[in-house]
Amino acid sequence: MRIAVLVKQVPAVDTVKIDEKTGTMIRDGVEAELNPLDLHAVEAAVRIKESRPEGTTEITAFTMGPAQAKKAATYAIAMGCDKGVLISDRKFGGADTLATARTIAKVIEKNGPFDLLLSGERATDGETGQVGPATAQFLGLPVLTYVSKIDDLTDKTVRVTRAVEGGHETVEAPLPAFVIPVKEMNIPRLCTLDGKIHAKHTEIETVTAENLGLADDELGLTGSATQVVKVTYPKVTRQGKKIIAAGKLDTALAEIMKIMEEKNCLEAAK
Amino acid sequence: MSGGGEMSEVKGEVWTLAEVRDGKIHSVSRELLAWGRELADDLGAPLASIVIGSGIKGCEKDLIPYGADRVYIADDPAFKNFAPDMMLKVIEKLVNEYAPSILIASATTQGRTLMPMVQAHLGCGLTADCTQLSIEKESLRLIQTRPAIGGNVMANIKTKGRDPQMCTVRPKSRRPLAADASRKGEVINVDMPKDAAASILKFIGFEPEHSVGLPIQEAEVIVAGGKGMKNSKNFAKLSELAELLGGTVGASRVAVDLGWAPYSAQVGLSGKSVTPRLYIAFGISGAVQHIAGMSGAEAVIAINTDPEAPIFRVADLSVQGDAMEILNGLIDAIKTRK
Repeated sequence: MRIAVLVKQVPAVDTVKIDEKTGTMIRDGVEAELNPLDLHAVEAAVRIKESRPEGTTEITAFTMGPAQAKKAATYAIAMGCDKGVLISDRKFGGADTLATARTIAKVIEKNGPFDLLLSGERATDGETGQVGPATAQFLGLPVLTYVSKIDDLTDKTVRVTRAVEGGHETVEAPLPAFVIPVKEMNIPRLCTLDGKIHAKHTEIETVTAENLGLADDELGLTGSATQVVKVTYPKVTRQGKKIIAAGKLDTALAEIMKIMEEKNCLEAAK
Repeated sequence: MSGGGEMSEVKGEVWTLAEVRDGKIHSVSRELLAWGRELADDLGAPLASIVIGSGIKGCEKDLIPYGADRVYIADDPAFKNFAPDMMLKVIEKLVNEYAPSILIASATTQGRTLMPMVQAHLGCGLTADCTQLSIEKESLRLIQTRPAIGGNVMANIKTKGRDPQMCTVRPKSRRPLAADASRKGEVINVDMPKDAAASILKFIGFEPEHSVGLPIQEAEVIVAGGKGMKNSKNFAKLSELAELLGGTVGASRVAVDLGWAPYSAQVGLSGKSVTPRLYIAFGISGAVQHIAGMSGAEAVIAINTDPEAPIFRVADLSVQGDAMEILNGLIDAIKTRK
């Protein structure tokens, strides 16, 4: 079984600070990490590999971004993936989700065929969650989103549980299929020292726009269908207002009840 | 595709993709119509809803009074369960036939799955999770506004290239219009495309989640808890308050990681962004990634023992104190209220 996992490098959210004046995240000098939601996709792939006879499963991690994004693929290898591919070219710069998915799909096609493809629910920086399902569609594959559990995987089908509004749905798709886990699927492992050393010595192949079979106007900013035309900083950034000090339980309760009343939240309690 | 005079009048319609759950029109569909009505009026174009489902005869009654001029209905047993591959075929057929200028859908699990597929299949632009939509006066193009970099920056996005201009819209970003029973509208029944056989997905079953209230992104009141709740038993008590307020329980990442709440309840960058009328945070310190997900709430009340808790900097009312003491006090106060 050949598995592909899509991973992305993002600014490490936990280390991000907020600019008090503008209310924006300060990204400069912030560490990069593998997108936290992608870890669940990598973990799922590695567990599948471990559950199958040794030597019968190969996992390739794909990542798109500047040269330093290679680290995302290396991290995925340290977790247990076998190979890494960096999709990187100045021509890919400024790609929106359409151009990104189109590019990734081409690269996957050239490295395929794969039986199972996985990606994270969305990246914590762009927050669109569109690249996974769009890539699946470009590849003509069924996509299973919001997957909280892989119930069964055979050589021909995958059966999953999807976490949707109001409950969990069980669905089956034929392979090859594209599965997008949510956080509740698993707890990603920490990399072992051996894993890290192995990953460090594993060559990451770089794929550029050359020989990809896509025209320049299908790539990057030119190949994108959406563009950011303006960025605004909302005037009213939330500000702390009233603080009730410790020990004033009655005042606190009265003030809370007042807000609940104002916001019409007590109707349900009648 | 049939050309001719009568088609030109419907060219450039504004479309909303209605959401069907359990064979019924879900309320997010009417929120979309409120957005769509404004856009259509600014463009001088008709507003239409696309409804794809099974056993949905008469569903226009849930849409026309709320702003739709037309309702395209694809009613087929194939749509009994969520079948994005089949829905894609219907949308492709309709787009090719009627060439709408705008297509908006809800940023629900359905919309967020189907719309990127439409995007790739039609080669149209798609903007995720918008909270504001408007028409640019000079160009008559759709301006799609979405929170970026954790919610404190708003990005205005425009679509170029092939129409429709598409986006998903965050639930609760707008209230539905008041129903106007006198509104008239047209129903167009859509035949299944010839190449649509059956979904490649095989539906096995559905297990409803026994949680209090609505999905968190649709909730009007969110009672959220974090590490300060100390244990799962205390955390479970939050649902009592949520129930009294007709709300839903939310959680910080720590609380989810500790197993006190399911991932579907997680608020923040790696969880959900929420916009309730009231957000009450019990024992949540307010990491950047959490605040990014809840700062769109109308009102925020925070309870924390630490006077320096970052969440106090964004709360309308901050209470320094023990989460359980306040929680129990509130439950009693509401129960004994006259």
